[in-house]
Formats: sequence, C-alpha cells, structure tokens
Amino acid sequence: MHSVIVHRLSKAYGKKKEIKAVNEISFEVAQGELFGLIGPDGAGKTSLFRMLTTLLLPDSGNASVDGSDIVKDYKAIRNKVGYMPGRFSLYQDLSVEENLNFFATIFNTTVEKNYDLIKDIYIQIAPFKTRKAGKLSGGMKQKLALSCALIHRPVVLFLDEPTTGVDAVSRKEFWDMLKRLKQQGITILVSTPYMDEAGLCDRIGLMQQGQLLSVGTPGEISAAFKQTIVGIKANNMHQLLKDLDTFSEVEDAYSFGEYHHAVMKEHFNEEALLKYLEEKGNSQIVVQHTQPTIEDSFMQLMKQ
Amino acid sequence: MTNDIIIHTEQLTKRFGDFCAVDHISFDVYKGEIFGFLGANGAGKTTAMRMLCGLSLPTSGKATIAGFDVYKQTEHIKRSIGYMSQKFSLYEDLTIIENIRFYAGIYGKSDAFIKDKTARLLQQLHLENEANKLVGSLPLGWKQKLAFSVAVFHEPQIVFLDEPTGGVDPVTRREFWNLIYEASATGITIFVTTHYMDEAEYCNRVSIMVDGRIDALDTPVALKHTYNAASMDEVFLQLARKATRVDG
Repeated sequence: MHSVIVHRLSKAYGKKKEIKAVNEISFEVAQGELFGLIGPDGAGKTSLFRMLTTLLLPDSGNASVDGSDIVKDYKAIRNKVGYMPGRFSLYQDLSVEENLNFFATIFNTTVEKNYDLIKDIYIQIAPFKTRKAGKLSGGMKQKLALSCALIHRPVVLFLDEPTTGVDAVSRKEFWDMLKRLKQQGITILVSTPYMDEAGLCDRIGLMQQGQLLSVGTPGEISAAFKQTIVGIKANNMHQLLKDLDTFSEVEDAYSFGEYHHAVMKEHFNEEALLKYLEEKGNSQIVVQHTQPTIEDSFMQLMKQ
Repeated sequence: MTNDIIIHTEQLTKRFGDFCAVDHISFDVYKGEIFGFLGANGAGKTTAMRMLCGLSLPTSGKATIAGFDVYKQTEHIKRSIGYMSQKFSLYEDLTIIENIRFYAGIYGKSDAFIKDKTARLLQQLHLENEANKLVGSLPLGWKQKLAFSVAVFHEPQIVFLDEPTGGVDPVTRREFWNLIYEASATGITIFVTTHYMDEAEYCNRVSIMVDGRIDALDTPVALKHTYNAASMDEVFLQLARKATRVDG
C-alpha cells in the first residue's frame, strides 16, 4: 500500500512561469517507508514538500497522501500529516512546554495522550521546558520542532532539511531518532543536501533543478553506476587532479576526501595510468579500487 | 604554503559572564596554508573567528593577524582579510558588477584596478554574459563561487570562510574548492569551517574545537593515524562526542 503517490507534479514561479521549481515529478512512497529526497539547495525539495503538505497549489499533475488528494482533500491531509519546515517556525516567545501544548490543542489532542511517541526526543529537552523557544540552541530547537510535528500522531511525517547546518554528531543523533520513529509505523519523507545521509534511507530520490534524476534503494542507485572508479592519492593532490583530467582513459576525475576518484573508460590499463602519472612527476602514488557511492552517482547523473 | 606565521594565538580566551566560549586556545597558521577550523555547533568556532577578524575583543590572551594585534589594530586587521559565509555573502538586489565594485570600493581599490580585475574575474568564472544580472537570480553554487572571488578581490592576506559550501551541489562544491586551491597557490591563507568531512581532507591542517578548547590540530593524515580512524568523519565524531557542554 502506498502512503504517498505523486504523479507528474509541477510548480513553476516567475512572471512567465520560467522558473520550473518542480518539473513533472512522479514517485511513490510505501507505508512505513523512510524515503529521502537528496539534492542541493534550489533542487525543488521545499516546493515539493509544500505541495504535499497542502501549503502550495500545484500548477499541474496530482498527488495523494494517505489516500487523500492534495487539492480536494487538503483539510483531511492537514489533520494527518506532520511537517517540520527547514526554517525554525515555532513560537519563539512561548516556552518549550507552551509550544508543545499549543500544537496538541490545535489538533484536538493532548500531550499526555501521545506522549509515548515523543518521549525519547522530548525527554532530552524536558529539563528546559520553561525556557522560551527562541532562547534554545540549534539542536534543542530541532528536537522541539520534531516533537511538535509529532504530537498529533501523524501518519506521514515531512521533514524538510532537518540536518542542514547541523554538525556531524547531531546529524547522527537525528537519524537515530528517525529510525526509532520508523519502527512506530510512521511514513517519513525527509529531504537533505548531504549525500552521505542517503544510505540511511530505505529508498531515495536524487533531485536536481526540479527533476528526479533517479529513484531507488541506495544499493540500486549505486549499482547503476557501471564504470570502474579508481581512488588515487599522491604527494600533490591538486596537481594529481589536473593530470588525471588530461589522461585519455579517464572519463571524469574529481576530489573525494583523502583520495581522488577517477571514473575510467572501459578496458583501461592501470599500469599505463601509473606510468603516465609518474611521468607527470607525481610521487607516492596510491591506487585503490573503489565502490561508487551515492555522491558519485549523483554527479554522474547531474553531468548527463 | 610557507613557514611564515600569518595567524598567531596564545591562550586566547573569550568569556561571556561565567561562560567560557573560547578557552585558552593557542595555535599558528602559516602563510598560504588551507587551515580547516572544525568543531560541533556551540564549540566556540564563531566566537573564535570573530576575535580573529577583529570584530570581538578577547577577554585575555594574545593574537596577531597578519602581524596586527587583535586588541589595538582591529581596523588594520579588517583591511588585511576577506570574509564570506553561507548565510550572507553578496547583495542580492545588486548586479554582479555592482557587487564587485561595491566590495572593492569599500577596500579602497582604484577604479583602474577594479576595472582590470573585474574583466579577468568574470572570464575566470564564465560569468561574462551574466555581469549585469542581479545576484539574487543566480543559482546558489554560482553565488558562492562569486562570493569567494569577491572576498579575495582586494588581495587580502587571509580569507575567512564560514561554512561556504553549505547546501551546494557536489559538482559545484568541488569547483569551489578549486578556487580555494588557486587562491592558496597565490599565497592567500585560507581559514575555513565546514560540516562536510570530505572537505576536511582537502585542508593542509585541521583543528578540532571541543567545549571552547582546541583538542586536536594536525594534518588530516596524522589525525587519522593518532585516532586510529579510517576517515576524518570518525576523527571528528570521536573528539566531538567528548563534549560536555549542553548544546541540546
């Protein structure tokens, strides 16, 4: 059973509708799935989320969330989804506790009734429950926003870039929280610009300039990358990259952390590559065969 | 990269009431170095950077930036550095040309210098046809590359980059780092913060702040060796988890 169905959904902005923020996008999300939309700023992730949460009308196409149409049944959707926007949008001058009570009340429920769902998250900010939301640190604001988005026990949860600008430790903690929520049966759609978070989702959609480049499990998307990738490092990494760029058997080369990634053409000769790099004056050359990552796939799809 | 010290700090400290945001940090950065300044949210990076840019007076300790004292010569410091961040870089309602002229003008550059260098810059960034477009209409990645070029336009000795590549696509992020390498090759020192751990690998040396202190400082290779870690991500997680400060 599909929890979210999106069919050729489009949204354009500008006087002549020249900015195609979301361009004929189609995909489905199964019930209880953790689905990630991966893409840089400007890819159209927020416009898509705003349409699915009924905050923005599509220009064309259609979509349903938990069986309700995003245009006709918008009121029903608002009652059953949770939405955490990218920008902190709780009431800064209400306390932690007041914000949570407020959101429970407007959804006709109580904090007590659904406390089991948010307990793991809320317990971490409970010591600050009388503090004004505006005075919380970034990590605490994020936990409060998630608690407020969950307090009416939504069937689908939309999280728009919850980890942007957040450090590596807090990002890891946040994903651990999502995993626990998933066990409660909630369908989760999460967007992120961080490619390394893709592996934590059941399925992902890679998004760029309003379009979905690819949809699948992280394993399927990596497996669709057919060429061999060679990881290479040497004494001078900047020079090495320039040399790789000009080698005839290299299709593409780019930095990738400690090693550069060189995407090789078919039947390449490793010895010839090494010889060429040595002739160019590179030393301490280390070569290792590398599995393609989501980031490699994304870049390949972007350049096509 | 050379052995000339361009940033020197000794027991540099900043307190806000009884909260010690930056706690006796001592380190040197060399001319032309790409120096990664890492730390979890709330570790004290921004406060430290504000002191190094001459925007905030230290509570105690010493620091010189491009030879200028952070207590007495803050105006000289500001003239010697460039700055860009993810949150604010350029004026969206000015064109590309207007932004360049505005920034270069603030730094007191002559019309001839601005004219000559603008032409070369637009060519380098392949923005010749966009020169009269509003910056607000550019895609984020282009904006960030342009912002970096504007931040080094007046040929500062050091450029401070505060999460310059946040949200930028993976291809443009790498083009951005190429600009960093090129600037570093001309002798400009790069002082950069980032949440992307692959970018930590591109730095000559990296420091990691925990609870206001610098708990580690070395080359990425040496740090991975010391912490017996496969990646900088692991090094960072090992150190940052020791934090006792409540950031929530």
